[in-house]
Amino acid sequence: MSPIGPAARLHIDWTRCDGRGLCAELLPEALTRDDWGYPLAAPGRVRSGADKSNVPVTGAELAAAMDAVKLCPLLALRITRP
Amino acid sequence: MWAFGRVSGLVSMVLLTASVLLGILARSGRPLLVIPRFSVTLLHRNISLLAVVFLVLHVAPLLLDSYARVNVVDVVVPFLGSYKPFWQGLGTVALDLVAAVVLTGVFRHRLGPRTFRTVHWLSYAMWPLALAHSVGNGTDGTSAPVVAAAVVLCVAVLAAAAWRMSAGFLETAAVRRSGGNARKGWGRP
Amino acid sequence: MSADTAVAVGSGGNARTAASRLFAAGANAGHAAHLAAYGAMPHRGRGWSLVQELEASGLTGRGGAGFPAWRKFAAADLARRPNRYARRSGGPVLIANGAEGEPLSFKDATLLRNAPHLVIDGLLAAAQALGAGSLFIYAGADEQAAVGAALAERGDAGHIALVEAPDAFVAGQASAVVNFLETGRALPRDLAGRLAESGLKGRPTLIHNVETWAHIALVACYGAGWYRSAGTAEDPGTRLVSVTGDVPSELVLEVPGGSVLEDVLSSAGVRVGGVGSDAVSAVLVGGYHGRWVRPAGMVLSAGVGAVGSVRSGVIVRPGAGVLHVLGAGRCGLAATAGMVQYLAGESARQCGPCMFGLPALADVMTRLAAGTGGTGLVREVERLAALVSGRGACHHPDGTVQLIHSALETFADDVRWHLAGQCNADQDPAVQGVSGQGPADPAGQGVAGQYPAGVAQ
Repeated sequence: MSPIGPAARLHIDWTRCDGRGLCAELLPEALTRDDWGYPLAAPGRVRSGADKSNVPVTGAELAAAMDAVKLCPLLALRITRP
Repeated sequence: MWAFGRVSGLVSMVLLTASVLLGILARSGRPLLVIPRFSVTLLHRNISLLAVVFLVLHVAPLLLDSYARVNVVDVVVPFLGSYKPFWQGLGTVALDLVAAVVLTGVFRHRLGPRTFRTVHWLSYAMWPLALAHSVGNGTDGTSAPVVAAAVVLCVAVLAAAAWRMSAGFLETAAVRRSGGNARKGWGRP
Repeated sequence: MSADTAVAVGSGGNARTAASRLFAAGANAGHAAHLAAYGAMPHRGRGWSLVQELEASGLTGRGGAGFPAWRKFAAADLARRPNRYARRSGGPVLIANGAEGEPLSFKDATLLRNAPHLVIDGLLAAAQALGAGSLFIYAGADEQAAVGAALAERGDAGHIALVEAPDAFVAGQASAVVNFLETGRALPRDLAGRLAESGLKGRPTLIHNVETWAHIALVACYGAGWYRSAGTAEDPGTRLVSVTGDVPSELVLEVPGGSVLEDVLSSAGVRVGGVGSDAVSAVLVGGYHGRWVRPAGMVLSAGVGAVGSVRSGVIVRPGAGVLHVLGAGRCGLAATAGMVQYLAGESARQCGPCMFGLPALADVMTRLAAGTGGTGLVREVERLAALVSGRGACHHPDGTVQLIHSALETFADDVRWHLAGQCNADQDPAVQGVSGQGPADPAGQGVAGQYPAGVAQ
């Protein structure tokens, strides 16, 4: 994460997400997967108590994040401003 | 022209089969050996679009061919053709379904997941229709190589469909099974 | 007011004793009794603003989150004004949320049955202030008759729609209410922004708990200065609390803000504070999404500031106003495990981490309560709690995690005993069989049909 903060945030719509894992592959630095396969902000990416449904992404990850939005099979992702 | 239409038809049948198989694999959430999940999805999409290209190459020459005597209405409305209208009609229905599936796929971000998923299910109806059309309508549909190929494709898709319906289909099936079945009637519709 | 339905409780260290504000018109008050008790809503001049009055009153939401009520109001007020982004049609939408999915709460039902006109007054005052187009009262099946009769007997409420809420824990969640009004499915929804800006069909939507609307009516009628004459500077006014569990009788009380928890409990007839006679092990404050506390020294306050005018104590947020008493000798871990099982069953099963995480948490908590797990159980609870919290469309997982964390903290001694395979609580057999209990009665203390005499009829 750059010191000036995230370039954008990747919002996860949990009501749609089915944990297929494409986003975690495209954004390995930002996302891992939990016990059941659902995307989980990588350790250190989101402070505890912070909003885990809006994962910060860096400028370098923005293109991959947009790919994830496009390719998500459940249309569960969108980019939101920081 | 006639021969070209036949060859492009067979190629699109193979591509449609590959697309169905990749679609089922993508739905499982599993990677393909070293190919990651997003690549499987991209492959599924690109092979489908390639199949559409070959379908255009399959249908367009027939329109221009005086021997085939296929007109624009026959391409869209089934069972009106002059040559083997039933088998040609199956191809027309399959073509219409492909158009619906591809268009809702391209515009799925606007249509939303529910419409996309409902229409996408039509792929399972499209594929057997297309295969029946290939075998029944083709001038060399009953020749040994074509029949053998049709059997191979059939076995592949049936196996994939059986896998699709099995309990361990999803990559996450085992870890999620502990969550149990829906406990309330008003859950996910 | 009726002693059957509500009792006004003076805060022990506070000289002020509030008479009941919300039930001043008596039990099952009709419009005539309502007008006799409260008078007609006064006409206000141009300089008067309900939003400003609400801000000055310090009223907080009574549905659980406890946010200042004026903030949503101001956001809806701002969103309704025409601007270049406005593409919506129709004025703001106002919703009085009386869906009390929380099994330990019945204060909203009590309010709707006994003082429906106060809720209606609140809606009408806000509708006038905001130019609202659509008004809804969303209430459970058992309150339909009382609210319907109240709407029918007055001439100015014909445009308020009464909607029956499904009986499910998450059906009262704000986005679920809006979803229900739009689609008929009371499922929480992923929100892009605030409902006050874009809610029902994109219109600014102001949704408050029914008790909040009743307080809004009081502020509109009597002003912020009067409103602050009860309660403390940090937590002004009064609030309804549902007292359940190991109590002589389960009832709804109206208490001033900043009340001392032990005083409220003794008003409910619970023996507290006396050496050797203490009948209370712990109190669950705020309901199934609340937290367990030992009552000594606790002060109920939605305010974040210093305790100030109240005597020193530790602040516990009242949430949805539930006080559930765990009697001495009962096992808090067993009670909590039952509640977590219930909450897992009440997941709307839309969001994966909640759908799979809550049953996993319930499983671990049940093993902890049964004393059959290993020493790694607490670490596993912490790990699962971190996995589910903040990862859902609504706060159902977060509320569940709050309950569990407070249990591990408050019952830390019990946790050590249970890990050693023993329970040091002298358990009542009714509480012990956690897994054997139905979801309607997870705490083993008869939460159904608990309305005090005179309310349930």
